[in-house]
Amino acid sequence: MTSILDVDGVTKRFRGVLAVDQVTFGVEAGAIFAVIGPNGAGKTTLFNTIAGVFAPDTGSISFSGRQIDGLPPNEICARGIARTFQIVRPFPALSVEDNVIVGALLHLRDVGAARERARALLRRLDLFGKRNQRAANLTLPDRKRLEVARALATEPRLLLLDEVMAGLRPTEIDRMVTTLRDINRESGVTILLIEHVMRAVMALAERVLVLDHGTAIAQGAPEAIVRDPAVVQSYLGQSSLGIEAV
Amino acid sequence: MKDLWSAIPRRGRVILLVAITLLLAAPMVLDRYLISIFVLIFYFAYVGQAWNLMMGFAGQLSLGHALYAGLGGYVAALLWFYFGIGPWLGVFAGVAVAATFGAVIGWLGFRFGIEGVYFALLTIAFAEFTRIAFDNMAFTGGAGGLFLLYDAQRSHEWWNLRGGPLLFYYLGLALAAAAAILTARLARSRIGFQWLAVREDQQAALALGINVFRVKMIAVLISSGMTAIGGVLIAFYYNNLFPAQAFDIGRSIEIILAPVIGGLGTIFGPIVGAFILTPLGEGLIALTVSLGVNVPGAKAVFYGLTLMAIITLRPDGVWPWLKRLLGLTETES
Amino acid sequence: MNIAIVVNVVIEGVLTGLIYGLMALGLSVIFGVVRVVNFAHGEFAVVAMYAAYLLFVNFGLDPIVSLFPIAAVFFFVGYALQTVLINRFVDRSEHEQFILLVGLAIVIVNGLLMIFGPDARPTNLPYSFDSYAIGPLFVDKARVYAAVGALVVAAALFAFFRYTSIGTAIRACADNRTGAAVVGLNIKRLYALTFGLGLACVGAAGALMVPIADASPLLSQAFTLLAFTIVIVGGLGSMAGALIGGVVIGVSEALASFFMAPSMKSMVSFALLVAVLVLRPQGLMGRRI
Repeated sequence: MTSILDVDGVTKRFRGVLAVDQVTFGVEAGAIFAVIGPNGAGKTTLFNTIAGVFAPDTGSISFSGRQIDGLPPNEICARGIARTFQIVRPFPALSVEDNVIVGALLHLRDVGAARERARALLRRLDLFGKRNQRAANLTLPDRKRLEVARALATEPRLLLLDEVMAGLRPTEIDRMVTTLRDINRESGVTILLIEHVMRAVMALAERVLVLDHGTAIAQGAPEAIVRDPAVVQSYLGQSSLGIEAV
Repeated sequence: MKDLWSAIPRRGRVILLVAITLLLAAPMVLDRYLISIFVLIFYFAYVGQAWNLMMGFAGQLSLGHALYAGLGGYVAALLWFYFGIGPWLGVFAGVAVAATFGAVIGWLGFRFGIEGVYFALLTIAFAEFTRIAFDNMAFTGGAGGLFLLYDAQRSHEWWNLRGGPLLFYYLGLALAAAAAILTARLARSRIGFQWLAVREDQQAALALGINVFRVKMIAVLISSGMTAIGGVLIAFYYNNLFPAQAFDIGRSIEIILAPVIGGLGTIFGPIVGAFILTPLGEGLIALTVSLGVNVPGAKAVFYGLTLMAIITLRPDGVWPWLKRLLGLTETES
Repeated sequence: MNIAIVVNVVIEGVLTGLIYGLMALGLSVIFGVVRVVNFAHGEFAVVAMYAAYLLFVNFGLDPIVSLFPIAAVFFFVGYALQTVLINRFVDRSEHEQFILLVGLAIVIVNGLLMIFGPDARPTNLPYSFDSYAIGPLFVDKARVYAAVGALVVAAALFAFFRYTSIGTAIRACADNRTGAAVVGLNIKRLYALTFGLGLACVGAAGALMVPIADASPLLSQAFTLLAFTIVIVGGLGSMAGALIGGVVIGVSEALASFFMAPSMKSMVSFALLVAVLVLRPQGLMGRRI
């Protein structure tokens, strides 16, 4: 039971507004961990704080026992935390394959080796046939898969996924869920995901953290979480939480 | 080298070999005037490639590249003028000085988040600043210029860049070819991919572990150093240097014309651009002179209109289109 | 050191700076709304100088008067330019917009060179050498007229943006383009109006420049850089910032020519530009986003 990521009392405010307030949690190595919450709950801010976009105002973040808060995003990635963006940002003018090669070149010096790694990942994410297309020409589901492939190419030990299911159709969600579960099982990469789609959270996550107005209101196994009165309260009128899941 | 060669489609290899052979043999039939035009073509292909590295690949818009060419030329020329140190040594000093300026501009720009047009203005400001400084410095000849005496006795000293147009023809050709090969090599290396990533999206590049600052600094260092070598060549070719020309924003714009028109971020773009633009411009001058209506500015008006037309109608430049026309695009699977 | 001389230099700098400020105001308005950097700005100012010069030489029209027809013509030129060409570029990448306008700048400056040649054309107004004597100070009459003219035009522009419905629409468009399009504003037409207004500003400023400088194609690039420097120092998109930036640059250049050498005055502006870019990128009057 060793945790790979420890978030300890992290607070982040913007112009006096508390976006994340004293949030503490740990993610076990090899686990799939989800952060959920209504819109504006501070999920993406928390995520960006872990990924190094902002430094936390107070609190600390450790990865594999070493403090990482305050490091720039590229350092965080170099230490083994890769991320995707909620609004996907592939390199539009580059081919799908070149997009992934850029990621693979973080630890590989040789472009040939990076290309091999990229191709393996593209096969894994069903994008191999589209590897020579310009990334700008991909459909949204394919772009989301490309983001995941590109992040995985950096050989992370922790993968941060920011709403990779958003905008996907149910069949595509199931496909993504299967892919992520397989990748987690095969490579042992820890996954921390922010997700709105409860169907995916219930299917994937072993543990769930619920944020509301920047504070953690509940944490536990997904089945317990959806019955938690505080969680149901915060979601009232917000979404169809649980209806489909329970 | 071998992997670069094998990456070119068959038909392209034939065209390339024929072109190189023709260019190597051309001086046998060209007169002095035509050779001088080819020297300019090679020069603009070379410095255009240097600028392309920074803009086309790393995505950093510099409008002050005349600064690096001017510094390279001035440093080598001053060492020759005062101490008799030959340009083969002087070029190292020129490159060092230009790269130092590049490093300062890059550091200021990239460290303080000065981007896009603001970065372009920063580069212009430095070039103009240097122009005014050189205008007011006595030991560089000031605004009156610096002249390298042409000594017929030493005209055989090709190793000191003392020689006729033929020397500069082959030197220019070698430089342009070397720059293309270097760019091709870099484009297929780790740093090349990282440049493209930074050009496309800096936030995403950061998230993939790329040290964006470092990657951009490498681009500006290579680009400024390369440009300085071109400056040395042209200074010893013309044997004179004036701050108002060497550091002029007009000169900086001349440097960017060939890659923009040929195609940004491509290896052959700057070369194709230089081969289209320079002969057309010079031809226009020759035409107006022969018609007896030699008006200063006509060539530049033509360049300006070409620039506007290309960026409006074919912003990717002529080369991608030409490549398709020649059937050189790899068929995508 | 005679204090009166220094004060005189400063006053001269303020007056010149107001004209510079009007020129930069045009650039700032265009950037603030259309989000395109007009790299041919100084070139347009010099075209206006030649227009004012020709109107004076041929019809005896004082630049204070001729600035109105010049500004009107420039408005239509700007409107047409935006409609025909630049509207196609608003969604293009920054460097493509920049290169388009660099091309336009090259065409204008060399077109002037072809038509008028490289020699400067002075405009000798009847009051060119008159000055007001205020105690120990001597202030050029021409410079005072021109500066007052610049202030009047700038005030008219402020009023237009604040009190007319089209001005309000343009401001809305600058704040939130998508929002403006949603409420049914014709963005492309507003952009064309804005570019027209920006060029009208620079046309008026060019005309007002004639009493204090001789028309020459060689001024173009210097003016473009000057306008950019002022706008960045004052804060891009801030109208008051453009005028204040103009005065700051005008005074510092006047002092630099006085204490160092006229040929070195631009060095001070460039140093100021670099300092502002590094230390306060939002400019003196701009807001941090």
